Amino acid sequence: MWVDMFQPAKSIKDALGCVTDGCMLVVPREVSGVPMAATRALIRRGVKRLHLVALPTSSLQTDLLIGAGCIATLETSAVSLGEFGPAPRFCAAVTEGSIAMKDATCPALHAALQAAEKGVPFMPLRGLIGSDVLKYRDDWKVIDSPFGNNDPIVLLPAIKPDVAIFHAPMADRFGNVWIGRQRELAMMAHAAEKTVATVEKMHDGNLLDDPVLAVGTLPGFYVESVAIAERGAWPLPLPDHYGADAEHLALYARMAATPEGFAEYLDKYVHDRRAA
Amino acid sequence: MTAAPLNFRDEELLADVIARLIGDVRHVAVGNASPIPATAALLARECGHGRPYVSLLQSRKHNFFTDGARELFDCAGQGRIDVFFLSGGQIDGAGNVNLVSTGDYEHPKVRFPGSFGSAYLYYVVPKVILFRTEHSRRTLVPKVDFISAPGASEGNVYRPGGPVALVTNRCLFTFADRHFTLASVHPGHTVEEVIENTGFDFKRPATVPETPAPTLETLVLMRETVAPQLAEVYPQFATQVFGVRDAAFAG
Repeated sequence: MWVDMFQPAKSIKDALGCVTDGCMLVVPREVSGVPMAATRALIRRGVKRLHLVALPTSSLQTDLLIGAGCIATLETSAVSLGEFGPAPRFCAAVTEGSIAMKDATCPALHAALQAAEKGVPFMPLRGLIGSDVLKYRDDWKVIDSPFGNNDPIVLLPAIKPDVAIFHAPMADRFGNVWIGRQRELAMMAHAAEKTVATVEKMHDGNLLDDPVLAVGTLPGFYVESVAIAERGAWPLPLPDHYGADAEHLALYARMAATPEGFAEYLDKYVHDRRAA
Repeated sequence: MTAAPLNFRDEELLADVIARLIGDVRHVAVGNASPIPATAALLARECGHGRPYVSLLQSRKHNFFTDGARELFDCAGQGRIDVFFLSGGQIDGAGNVNLVSTGDYEHPKVRFPGSFGSAYLYYVVPKVILFRTEHSRRTLVPKVDFISAPGASEGNVYRPGGPVALVTNRCLFTFADRHFTLASVHPGHTVEEVIENTGFDFKRPATVPETPAPTLETLVLMRETVAPQLAEVYPQFATQVFGVRDAAFAG
């Protein structure tokens, strides 16, 4: 063998070493594989001052990280608990001014990460002109298109996260991670310096050997670490594998409505490891 | 002899109104937190025997995109999405929508989830249908506190898209030339009540028609064929409105 086989980390905690205090972390939207087990591990470790980029929206994960005091800056297009109502800790933090909020719009985040993927400094995007989203983003610029005639267009600087983290169905012993049709996970990994994945299980063999699996595979080349986390998206869904735990999400919405209830939630469901 | 009036829920009437507004198009996309527009889009697809194409953003089954979440926006940028839906914590008479906050942006009174894709899709999708199930002076305001996306743009701004209508629990407005016009009032509601509960000025004809009620055929289609498809993305809504549960993930 001319290279050591890739080994999954011994624990979720061990896989999260590159998520340091103050780093820029990119995470996916609710239906793409949110690493909730890893998020709870980060809160237990007491990670601080994260610049969180939620691509392009978020729900429980961001609310939990904000409530636990892990976030300094949040860059996203929306945070809510969907059918379970507003995200209470997010709303409280923004109204109290306890986090820096960089409001975006979904395609702007996709475009800015694509710029990082390509290694170019910015990406142009239609829309935005005349909106207050643009007005409050002094890092975005409007230029007259050099290829047009009096055609203003917005330029978005590349977003280059330190770490991308997500949950996926499986990985192999070469560090390849199978993401299926959730292609934005690949975009996050391409844009970020390092990628951490938690997975439901390990796959025997090489995911890149089978052309059907290979198209849905993020090559190990991009992957820093992998940890096994069965039902690692719980209580959020893992697409094509399991649905959301609606009862638990309703419980969270009720408990997180007050700071005291939220603290109780953390004690019960984050700091105290679940038996499962 | 006239038939007895049908029993239907507000949500069913609104979905029927929106389905008719969708019209004859190729591709309808539905974003987050939009159960009534999703009902309408799936209803339009049933009525058209598989057309228009419908993309429900959060769905696994009713979503043909394979190139990640950005594909929807890239599609829209090219003009490949004909109809989209937006709501707002506030909507004003110029068609501006606010999905961000009330009060001063830096010191908000109430924070909403955020702008989602509105600051882009409102510009590039030709037919954007606004919907707001709470028709009140709190939601339909003279001027929004934050413009997530403007109703209209300066002449030199690339703007093939924008609002065409606003559907509320009380009425239907159409939108053109930077203002709303009252098009019809839903059964059980009145023009006076619409004026009383609307914070912005709008035009209205001398006689305002009543919104037609959904037909029995439409109601049956909605309840028996559309509702089970909705349950995947909007389980709570499907249960509350139509009494169905998502079979795929039950338990």
